[in-house]
Amino acid sequence: MHETSAQPAVHHHSPPQGFINKYVFSLDHKVIGLQYYGLALAAVFIGMILSWLMRLHLGWANLAIPGLSHLSANGAPGGLMTPEYYLSLMTMHGTIMVFFVLTNAPFAGFGNYFLPIQVGAEDMAFPRFNMMSFWTTFAAFLVLMAAFFVHDGPPLSGWTTYAPLSSVGAAAGPGEAMGQNLWAVSIALFCVGQLLGSLNFIATTLDLRTKGMTLARMPLSTWAWFITACIGLLAFADLLPACILLILDRTAGTSFFTPGGLVVSDTMQPHSGGSPLLWQHLFWFFGHPEVYIAIVPGFGIISHILPTFTRKPLLGGMRVMIGCMIAIGFLSYMVWGHHMFVSGMNPFSAILFSVPTLIITIPATVATLMWLGSIYGANLRMTTAALFCLGFISVFISGGISGFFLAQPAIDTYLHATYFVVAHFHFVMAVAAIFGIFAGTYFWMPKMIGRMMNETLGKLHFWLTFIGVYCIFMPMHYLGLAGNVRRYSSFTDDYLVRLIPVHQFITIAALLTGAAQLIFLYNLVHTRWWGPLAPDNPWEATTLEWSTTSPPPFDNFGGRHLVVHQGPYEYSVEGASSDYIMQTESQPVIKS
Amino acid sequence: MATTIYTHAEPAAARLRIVAAPKAIPAQTGVWVAVSAIAMSFAALTSALVVRQASGTDWQHFVVPRILYLDTLILIASSYTLELSRKRFAAEAAGPERATLRSSGLYWLYMTQTLGLLFVAGQFLAWRSLAAQGLFLATSPSSSFFYLLTAMHGLHLLGGVLGLLYVGFRLRRRARNAQTSLGTAAVYWHFVDLLWVYLLLVIAIRM
Repeated sequence: MHETSAQPAVHHHSPPQGFINKYVFSLDHKVIGLQYYGLALAAVFIGMILSWLMRLHLGWANLAIPGLSHLSANGAPGGLMTPEYYLSLMTMHGTIMVFFVLTNAPFAGFGNYFLPIQVGAEDMAFPRFNMMSFWTTFAAFLVLMAAFFVHDGPPLSGWTTYAPLSSVGAAAGPGEAMGQNLWAVSIALFCVGQLLGSLNFIATTLDLRTKGMTLARMPLSTWAWFITACIGLLAFADLLPACILLILDRTAGTSFFTPGGLVVSDTMQPHSGGSPLLWQHLFWFFGHPEVYIAIVPGFGIISHILPTFTRKPLLGGMRVMIGCMIAIGFLSYMVWGHHMFVSGMNPFSAILFSVPTLIITIPATVATLMWLGSIYGANLRMTTAALFCLGFISVFISGGISGFFLAQPAIDTYLHATYFVVAHFHFVMAVAAIFGIFAGTYFWMPKMIGRMMNETLGKLHFWLTFIGVYCIFMPMHYLGLAGNVRRYSSFTDDYLVRLIPVHQFITIAALLTGAAQLIFLYNLVHTRWWGPLAPDNPWEATTLEWSTTSPPPFDNFGGRHLVVHQGPYEYSVEGASSDYIMQTESQPVIKS
Repeated sequence: MATTIYTHAEPAAARLRIVAAPKAIPAQTGVWVAVSAIAMSFAALTSALVVRQASGTDWQHFVVPRILYLDTLILIASSYTLELSRKRFAAEAAGPERATLRSSGLYWLYMTQTLGLLFVAGQFLAWRSLAAQGLFLATSPSSSFFYLLTAMHGLHLLGGVLGLLYVGFRLRRRARNAQTSLGTAAVYWHFVDLLWVYLLLVIAIRM
């Protein structure tokens, strides 16, 4: 096991020839990163359109949506969606967004592109696994999309697919036949893709760092991707067998999750003794770490970008931030039961899950204070990327504070399954992660496509999005406190009817905020072909991705083997000739 | 406050350490990462088994097919033959090239794969024996878990056989780092072996 070799650990491959090898079945981590990013971009617009359809129905229940009947003649006859079809759209919105956007873009997308470059490697440790990882994920996406086009449409059991609703088959409602099968197969494939990706991230970080790139000199974004890969490795290794059990219950007649004596739609189900709670345990043991798979890369991206624009290292030092991310990753495995306070779990165990949940707020708060403290007194360069960093901090705090309430079983009993929860997780996980993706996009796109994005359009995009998401999600706290249950497709009870104007306001805000994303799309497309060419280091940043051309050559550094001499965030060092010192510079660093 | 000047040249020892550090081999790291993910999967299945057994009254105990104990011996023997093979190749790498060492190393490698395939055949017989008792995949949660755990383990073992085939191919071609590949494959093979012993314990205790 200790054979040493004078040969390089990864043998060099020559640049590929031809369109297919270069851009489709590419082994190049940069192309794979862009593929992941592109997949996430396609997925986010599909997911957003689904949310528009749901919002329109929530605001105006009798409004026929033109064209919707073409998507599903049964689900939306005459453009008027049935309650079941509303649930199908909601299931697909959640699944697409959580798996194919929030996991794909910040982790697999940016991580694939920048992790090898930031540690000074030529490629990932296992390029073939890397290619398989993307194409498995892509296949998973196609299988999921196929659910729109099967007879009964997509499943209606939500992205958490609680058993026995998800495990008994067609009797449970439209979409629970083939649609739910496709869902389970898609997510199983997705798990395989992510496991292969995580394997690559971990091996690359541990083994392929260039000379001088000690762990302490690794940028925080790389640290975040590494920690996320460790979380994902265990989380997806748990979800994969769970999906297999679900598929067996649905197709082979086993009874892992389906209880005995269950009557659905007047039919006795041929199962015995299964435990619906078992699915929830297996699912949330994955599901809670998944939240951090979505947000920890955001932590890393924000911590990486902020020092560049405040022109000083992160307050408190990067070791504290690394510690926060590790602590969050570790604790994420101990809190899954807080999703199940009212599920019929032993009520005494609630406190066991509540306490570590509240403890997670400590590293999260330390990280937030570090970002805030870094901004204090700084001469902030107000670029679009910096604005999105500030936006990230804002929505993360807004979403985090509602977490304090939900973490306590007594309060959660009232708020569970209301719009308060919807507001909480959209802020803290979805919008925060999306802001992290936007910050990364405006920051790294010059490197990824070699052209500068338009800052004016970028700032317009930021302000419309920032104000928009607050208009959408802030009123939902109020709705939840007023007792508005989630997953209802329309409101007929007196106390809910009175809340419909709030829903209409949210719908208008969602339509406008969504439309504002077209500015981003235009900016991205325009930049790709017509934007001004980007210099190698437009932000005067220090890490290795800025030591190479924009975009980097096939082997990342044009045959050079970089040697790292500095920490990743040497900004405004006293006595240095400029206010930033590249990681590759060997000049003395003077510290007082 | 005193001003300290940090240069890269200053901690010379540190720099030497970096230069002299042996080149890490990603495959060796990768196999441990893969092994932890697989272990996690089986841990999840074990906890599911424990929860499921407690949740209903339909858990049917059955006689564990005797063939499993023979299979266990076969698998442990395969780990031993793999080590014999590794010893031959290590001796060959250390000294001058000797054809006898090579062929003997390859012989034990093929023996390992044969034992692996024998194990899978034995598992198949165990399934037949269970079916003869009237226990099928959906009969009882105990049989569901039995078929599932043995099938998933068997698939991982067949993956190992394929991996050893590839390693054997590289060894015959005298490919660069072929011996490292053998070491990497051995980690995986021993893990799948240990995993089986663990699963047998679970099956013997619970079923």
